[in-house]
Amino acid sequence: MRFSKEHEWVEVSGEVAAVGVTAYAAGQLGDVVFVELPELGKTVKAGEPLAVVESVKAASDVYAPVSGEVVEVNAGLPDAPETVNASPERDGWMVKLRLANPAEAEGLMDRAAYEQFLSTL
Amino acid sequence: MRYLPLTDADRAEMLKVVGEGSVEALFHDVPAAARLAGPVDLPAHLGELEVEQALSRLAARNRPAGAGPFFCGAGAYRHHVPASVDHIIQRSEFLTSYTPYQPEIAQGTLQVLFEFQTQVAQLTGLPVANASMYDGSTACAEAVMMAARITKRSKAILSGGLHPHYAEATWTLAHSAGVTTERLAPAPDAEAAVIGAIDRDTACVVVQTPNVFGTVTDVAAIAEAAHAAGALLVVVTTEAVAFGLLKSPGEMGADIAVGEGQSIGNALNFGGPYVGLFACREAHVRQMPGRLCGETVDADGRRGFVLTLSTREQHIRREKATSNICTNSGLCALAFSIHMTLLGQAGLKRLAEINHARARRLDAALAAVPGVRCITPRFFNEFAVRLPTPAAPLADALVQRGIVAGVPYARLDPEAGLDDVLLVCATETTSSDDIAAFAAALAQELS
Amino acid sequence: MNMLNVGRVTRSELAADAPSEAHGIVHDEPLIFELGGWEKTGVDLPDPELDAGDLAGLLRQAPIGLPGLSEPETLRHYVRLSQKNHAIDLAMYPLGSCTMKHNPRLNEKIARLPGFADLHPMQPVSTVQGALAVMDLLAHWLKTLTGLPAVALSPKAGAHGELCGLLAIRAAHEARGDARRKVLVPSSAHGTNPATAALAGYQVEEIAQTPNGRVDLADLAAKLGPEAAAVMVTNPNTCGLFERDVLEIARLTHEAGAYFYCDGANFNAIVGRVRPGDLGVDAMHINLHKTFSTPHGGGGPGAGPVVLSQALAPYAPTPWVVSGAAGFDLVEERRGEAASAFGRLCAFHGQMGMYVRALTYMMSHGADGLRQVADDAVLSANYVKARLSEAMTAAFPDGPCMHEALFDDRWLEGTGVTTLDIAKALIDQGFHPMTMYFPLVVHGAMLIEPTETEPKREIDRFCDALLDLAAAAKAGETAKFKGAPFKAPLRRLDETAAARKPRLRWTP
Repeated sequence: MRFSKEHEWVEVSGEVAAVGVTAYAAGQLGDVVFVELPELGKTVKAGEPLAVVESVKAASDVYAPVSGEVVEVNAGLPDAPETVNASPERDGWMVKLRLANPAEAEGLMDRAAYEQFLSTL
Repeated sequence: MRYLPLTDADRAEMLKVVGEGSVEALFHDVPAAARLAGPVDLPAHLGELEVEQALSRLAARNRPAGAGPFFCGAGAYRHHVPASVDHIIQRSEFLTSYTPYQPEIAQGTLQVLFEFQTQVAQLTGLPVANASMYDGSTACAEAVMMAARITKRSKAILSGGLHPHYAEATWTLAHSAGVTTERLAPAPDAEAAVIGAIDRDTACVVVQTPNVFGTVTDVAAIAEAAHAAGALLVVVTTEAVAFGLLKSPGEMGADIAVGEGQSIGNALNFGGPYVGLFACREAHVRQMPGRLCGETVDADGRRGFVLTLSTREQHIRREKATSNICTNSGLCALAFSIHMTLLGQAGLKRLAEINHARARRLDAALAAVPGVRCITPRFFNEFAVRLPTPAAPLADALVQRGIVAGVPYARLDPEAGLDDVLLVCATETTSSDDIAAFAAALAQELS
Repeated sequence: MNMLNVGRVTRSELAADAPSEAHGIVHDEPLIFELGGWEKTGVDLPDPELDAGDLAGLLRQAPIGLPGLSEPETLRHYVRLSQKNHAIDLAMYPLGSCTMKHNPRLNEKIARLPGFADLHPMQPVSTVQGALAVMDLLAHWLKTLTGLPAVALSPKAGAHGELCGLLAIRAAHEARGDARRKVLVPSSAHGTNPATAALAGYQVEEIAQTPNGRVDLADLAAKLGPEAAAVMVTNPNTCGLFERDVLEIARLTHEAGAYFYCDGANFNAIVGRVRPGDLGVDAMHINLHKTFSTPHGGGGPGAGPVVLSQALAPYAPTPWVVSGAAGFDLVEERRGEAASAFGRLCAFHGQMGMYVRALTYMMSHGADGLRQVADDAVLSANYVKARLSEAMTAAFPDGPCMHEALFDDRWLEGTGVTTLDIAKALIDQGFHPMTMYFPLVVHGAMLIEPTETEPKREIDRFCDALLDLAAAAKAGETAKFKGAPFKAPLRRLDETAAARKPRLRWTP
């Protein structure tokens, strides 16, 4: 699993990568009440808005940590947004992207580096 | 000054605590050149009696609608408002409170909004309504913007029966944000003409029933055509009493229903403040503008209400908000809700029937005047008549005979070439004597 | 001897060790849909005499689904609901940035005179000369108080006024063939500013704030350029501070060919003392419900007239009042002398009911009273700031504030108590909380605006209550906060549940 400075995680499996927000981000958001997911087939570049998570008093963009095409979304999230709080780095995954450039994920932080990064915040 | 409780002794004591020698010093961040040395050039303060006398003199220079025969409609309607409505809205707890930011001490306002939202949803036949907009015209403009967001298209077709002020307010808001509006030629019975204008860029069609000429239209076929092209149908209603008798917008396939709620609970007020009604289908609620109140529970499990889905709004989403609106028409919505509660569905239906019946009597009386012809095929409580002479000077002349005759269409839309069209309206406040006096004066004026 | 009342208990027999939390009787009031009858009505209406057969096919087939109540039931329902609300008339309501001041009842009385309330907006102008005179007189007061030559009265609220100002600015640029894309907005701005700029078709760029709570001039200068259409600055700003570099802001803005839009939400702090026109402002909306005390009404209706400089005046939206030999008239259409108007913001002529109330308020105060309004509002806020700084941390301790005092939450560090907890605990003391978590640029913000209509005794009572809470928080009495409020009609509400599964209407 790799991490971005914007607190997204990405887990690559073959040419597809699952994307979600980190446990740290989920904690900062508070109770997630809504998740807005992209349409299938949408292509995004790394750093572009991919999804939106909302708590009662905030709406936050989730940026694509890597470039690719949306091939699957977590259809259970809109009806159960609390999953993002309960299991942010597993069941709370948001989008699966077909990677445009598999090397991109390698440029992200590993867990140790991300935890180091968190300690500087 | 009677509204300012601080005494000079208070001020001196407070300055001491603040640690300044004068109030002047508290303004030292203001550039010296911009500080006024003394009062601006306006009159000094006045006692309550003097203010009341001065403003009463101005009020006396107006001719109130209730002072004699009166037939204006076209987006603002004179109805009887029960005395208890005005009593309740003047209670301190409703009048002098603000947006329910702290729900624990604002349940009165919040429950009213929840009830209001339900009433509007029922009246419009749509599942969700918001806590109100500024007025019907701004609600119409916001509906077009919402349709553009939902469909990701950028054109709205406005029917020729849409109130011209609504069309102009919609154009004003939409065009700067890159949404174009195509307004069709004004005609009394042409709502269905929008069908021919729908194309693949069309985000929505906007129709009005009863329209500005008073024509009632079943818009189901328009809904079908819009939906077939992937566009939404926005239905506008300016006379809320019509909901008591006519098919609701939702029943006819509207995706968004907007309207002016002034008729219920609110005085004419020379055009404002009014209360905009806004309802839509459930799927679109997150694209809705304006405040929404929702049900929840408190820490002890008791039912309560809060403002909700606020992430749509400007104070959270800022430049990505669904609208810049930061208020609703709270007290006017309260007046609407109280009056609607007093009416109930039974009272509203009866009120609507009376309005319709009075308008039919007006139609019969005016039709008997030589040269006057009703050009509205099916009407609720207002209709358009074609006169043998321009309507505006005629309306002015009838004032001399004590009659406020209606709204010359050309005043709303001077370029339409409909100078001889007069929009007239009758409500439960219009008596048979009023109607007879109007018909007689009109006949004399035209002869 | 009549023995009927002998032996009645006339004092409390309850032990004092079980103090009541109750603050009055609060009725558990059902919804009208749970109270009403489907055939019931609270109005008596005559027989319609004619049926609606001519509308066959267009008539509603099923009942609407709205219950009715008799008049006594209606009164009881709404009066019970009203008692669940806090109100200015009950106690201090120090919501910063909202200006919750006394609403004179004369204003209500005048607005209800039939000569104002019972007027149709499209009556012949010969029958509404007094109403047009009110609009003309209000315009005169607003122009004189702001030192700007024109005013558009029709915007229906502050945010609507912002839109009016930006559309006038857009039209002015476009008239010169100089289409610009950006509007600059400070990070401390009200959310309406960026939302309005986006609605008017602009990209929003944020301007940084200096550590002393003001616009960062260097950042402003760097971001101004040929793409900047306008700068939107609230002054006094949302931190309750006067932008002391305002003349420089105006100069830089104009030098770049942009316009200076001032958010006039806080005009009440300087009314009668400073004219925005003298500060280089090109457009400013005035919230009549703030500065000129039209009632807030549980969230509206407001009114947001916009004063305009000479450069922007030609683009003002229709309608407006003109006066001539024959009296007053209305310019209602975009043609002839009004051809350059940017459009129309709403049907008819705007919030007449609010114009009448605001004018009544202005005439009552006069030029001298309005100046005193600013003085007392600013003095009261500085007094609050001075008293509370004893235990709380002012966000900008140096120098005076204007009409509101801003605190951050540094003083709560380590107590486990948050800004939200303080707000909820204040409810139990009988006050409406201050504005919390706004402006966004200050951590755990508490923005307190006493206004000029609070007596010193009430301000002291409020400060005492807050200082007591501060002491309790620092003493670790967290139970007093975490469950608060205890004495309000309801305890804290579950906003998460409300947003996750929205129930936005009653259903059977």
